[in-house]
Amino acid sequence: MHDIVNTAANFIHLDTINIVYLFLVGFVGGLVSGFIGSGGAFVLTPAMMSMGVPGLVAVASNMCHKFPKALIGSIKRAKYGQVDVKLGIVLGISAEAGVLYGAQIQENIKKAFGEAGSNLYVSAAFVVILAIVGGFVLLDAWKTYKSGNANNEEEKVTKLARWVQSVNIPGTMVYFKSINARISVLFTIPLGFATGMLAATIAVGGFIGVPAMIYVMGAPSLMASATELVIAFVMGLGGSFKFALHGLVDIRLAMIILAGSLFGIQLGAIGTTYVKPYMIKMVMGVIMVIVLFSRGLMVPVYLSQLGLIQEISAGSVKILKNVSFGIMIFALALGAFIVLKAMWQGRKAQQEMAAREVFEQSKI
Amino acid sequence: MSEKNVKRKPYGKLIIMGIISVALYAMLLLKQDIINQYIGRGGMYALLPILTAFIFSFVHGSFTGDFWTVLGIEAAKKKKEVK
Repeated sequence: MHDIVNTAANFIHLDTINIVYLFLVGFVGGLVSGFIGSGGAFVLTPAMMSMGVPGLVAVASNMCHKFPKALIGSIKRAKYGQVDVKLGIVLGISAEAGVLYGAQIQENIKKAFGEAGSNLYVSAAFVVILAIVGGFVLLDAWKTYKSGNANNEEEKVTKLARWVQSVNIPGTMVYFKSINARISVLFTIPLGFATGMLAATIAVGGFIGVPAMIYVMGAPSLMASATELVIAFVMGLGGSFKFALHGLVDIRLAMIILAGSLFGIQLGAIGTTYVKPYMIKMVMGVIMVIVLFSRGLMVPVYLSQLGLIQEISAGSVKILKNVSFGIMIFALALGAFIVLKAMWQGRKAQQEMAAREVFEQSKI
Repeated sequence: MSEKNVKRKPYGKLIIMGIISVALYAMLLLKQDIINQYIGRGGMYALLPILTAFIFSFVHGSFTGDFWTVLGIEAAKKKKEVK
């Protein structure tokens, strides 16, 4: 009984403003996730924490909204022929292992260096990984845009992916329809594992999963982002159950976010049918690079808390925190804006084409 | 576009799923104290939030899908399927 009282104290009082706030952030997050496969959820954990939700409950509730959202998103995108279920499950299982290992590392760091050490580790992971992978993805999207090949449906397979596809390790080869080739699971396991580790660290595994599928395995962007939803479902289901075993899921928060995010994910998924493949990379790259600055701002705060640099005043810490959160919201909002704009233009172009066809037919 | 090609919009399903969805959310918020108490216990009760998530996603997912369809926002006719 004592435990129940303690756990129940983890669950905050919800008022209308909080509900509307979570619904809206959920919607925007869902929109982005439906489009790029993930990446809409990273704002939710800090958003919940700013409402007074304890860190672990925020992480658990975020995860518990992610797996049903990913399920609906992947079903929707499977209807458009964009999902490689086999690849999603194969990567998802190794990602699950990565999540468990990543969570263990987090725990160890927390034990050894305290809350500030753990925060520093998360922020450093954000900055390093987003700088390398995000920079690469954005540059690639920008090059495609500039090269005049932006309208091409076919995407170039990287040299690395061609090499990965050419390696034949007997007994480990699996055929994946999205890649239209056989790949050794000895490649997919570490990639899935890294996706899971990142998910456990920064809550968005897709920032590694999607680029890995595109650049290392040679999957098309649309299929990679859709398949990421399957990975997110597998990871999220296992992760949520693990948190739920300890009574940490606040189902009200999870379901309110889900209410908004299911509107968003359906729209984001529809959006993918209107855009050129490079737009997936563009949105993903833009969000990754902006979020990198958001987390980068917090690094000095944690360094000072650990006593590694001069102490930063409480006022400055507050300003840095608010600016960092603001930049994160901006990243998500900008991503959503690009998705909606691209979708709007795509729809307009299609309507004009349909009108032209009717006109041509009427002339005959 | 000929009339034969115009699909009927799923108004009926939208309304039914909408009502069930609202009912589910009303129940969740009205009975939040009891629900939190059970889910907060953990252990075998861990199945409760998972089951809840599946039920909500099925009902609300169907509702939101039809919502955009009824508004006329649907996937592009030319599929961008990549082989």
